[in-house]
Amino acid sequence: MTRDRDTPRSGGRLMDMVPHLILMLGVLIFAFPIYVTIIGSTWDAATIGRGNLPLTPGGEMLNNYASAWSESQGNRVMHTPVRIMMWNSLVMALVIALGKIAISIISAYAVAFFRFPLRMVFFWMIFITLMLPVEVRIIPTYEVVANLGLIDSYAGLTIPLIASATATLLFRQFFLTIPDELVEAAKIDGAGALRFFLDVVLPLSRTNIAALFVILFIYGWNQYLWPLLITNSAEMETVVIGITKMIGNGEAATDWNLIMATTVLAMLPPVGVVVLMQRWFVKGLVDSEK
Amino acid sequence: MQRRVIFDNRALPYLLLAPQVAVTLIFFIWPAAQALWQSVHLQDAFGLRSQFVGLENFQAVLSDPNYLETVKTTIVFSASVTVLSLASALGLAVMADSKIRAAAAYKTLLIWPYALAPAVAAVLWMFIFNPDIGILGRALNNLGYAWDYRLNDGQALTMVILAASWKQVSYNFIFFLAGLQAIPRSVLEAASIDGAGAVRRFWTITFPLLSPTTFFLLVVNIVYAFFETFGTIHALTHGGPGKATETLIFRVYQDGVVNHDLGGSSAQSVILMVIVIALTAIQFRFVERKVHYS
Repeated sequence: MTRDRDTPRSGGRLMDMVPHLILMLGVLIFAFPIYVTIIGSTWDAATIGRGNLPLTPGGEMLNNYASAWSESQGNRVMHTPVRIMMWNSLVMALVIALGKIAISIISAYAVAFFRFPLRMVFFWMIFITLMLPVEVRIIPTYEVVANLGLIDSYAGLTIPLIASATATLLFRQFFLTIPDELVEAAKIDGAGALRFFLDVVLPLSRTNIAALFVILFIYGWNQYLWPLLITNSAEMETVVIGITKMIGNGEAATDWNLIMATTVLAMLPPVGVVVLMQRWFVKGLVDSEK
Repeated sequence: MQRRVIFDNRALPYLLLAPQVAVTLIFFIWPAAQALWQSVHLQDAFGLRSQFVGLENFQAVLSDPNYLETVKTTIVFSASVTVLSLASALGLAVMADSKIRAAAAYKTLLIWPYALAPAVAAVLWMFIFNPDIGILGRALNNLGYAWDYRLNDGQALTMVILAASWKQVSYNFIFFLAGLQAIPRSVLEAASIDGAGAVRRFWTITFPLLSPTTFFLLVVNIVYAFFETFGTIHALTHGGPGKATETLIFRVYQDGVVNHDLGGSSAQSVILMVIVIALTAIQFRFVERKVHYS
């Protein structure tokens, strides 16, 4: 048989269905846990605790979200109100994303547009951070932050994560593609390095900045190990950490309804950012990783 | 390495580099140096005195049967996560790349899990597979299969592998799809005219052309399984039952933060740094090679 079964023209209808079936199965596997979570957030704790969670929405949705959002205590567990945790996560994600972009773009500019002693030493020093993820230097980094008095502070949560070799490399690579003629023209017009940066380089980098922002926002929002170490007070907890603290040992006698409502709320910002800014997100990902 | 036309300014480049270099020195280089220093010293219980012990900490770590067990768990875990998430992502990407209607909608529906925190993914799985309250956890028990990942080693490891892979599929999917879309249609059409069926076209043309992407993803996925799944494991099983789901990173945290064994934890950190450096070097050699090709 040399018939091409892959194109609609010559193929049977059944074969055309195969990609749809496989993709739908994939979507189902990804969507099912989310669906169950959303359903779980609309029932009362007792129904879930008995293990009889129906697959249709219950009537407790408003109650659950309202009490997770603003109260610090359910029937069985104490937790930080979600609005406080969401605020902490938001501050952390924004400071990390904007801070990484800001310090990376100026250091990439320095490395790409100037020639100065020790240029390559600095470049390699930044590059090396790629190889030192926070996970492998947990204790000494914690000690540095503790010595600086930054435990339980936004500065301690964000500044140690703000250096970014990936973003610096990406911006540098992009800067190397800016035509020499453009720089010449700016110099002839009497523009200095800072003027050129603000008037030409920054506007040209808009797409890269937007793409990186999406990825870095998600990176910041989803941090786990670092906030686990650096925050002790309930007031400084991020929502990702807060959820796992609410679960405790995962017994049936937990306010699963509140946990599920919190989980849905914790997912909304990063998932929303990816879905709404899909084009930039994909560009940023494929550009920055390759 | 450098542009032809540049600006002349003595102080400015240093000023521009200052914030990044300061953060790097204080929070990266200094702690890494500390880890190296601590890994060859032994501290007393109060952290007041320390003594140079050479490679003793490494020797202690590497001859600890517990540590070797953790190495084994990490290898099983990382290999399973990598293979599972790469294979399913490739399958989905090939399907989404075939000329079907609604491909864009499928794409959106498949890439959002990237945005989930690993720990949140763990909570979703826990809620479904909890033996008391989870829909599927209870179903398994009702079918007569004794399911409790909180007690059974193998089930616990399966849970963390599935949850970690589930989250990683969307990432791999994006790269495979980008790779597939870069393959010239004409090559595939020519093969099709020559009578190669879909399966044959995939193995003789598509798959070899995807190999740079696959190799890149292989490295990235190993790094992910090693370092970024801490949240998944911590939220889902806390390394248990016993030490059944303890990976190398989890153990650095456990020994250093929970058990305050600085020397041992630092020695483990140094071992992990060597692994990251090796993986990064491989990744960059590959990127360099790829640049030559294009």
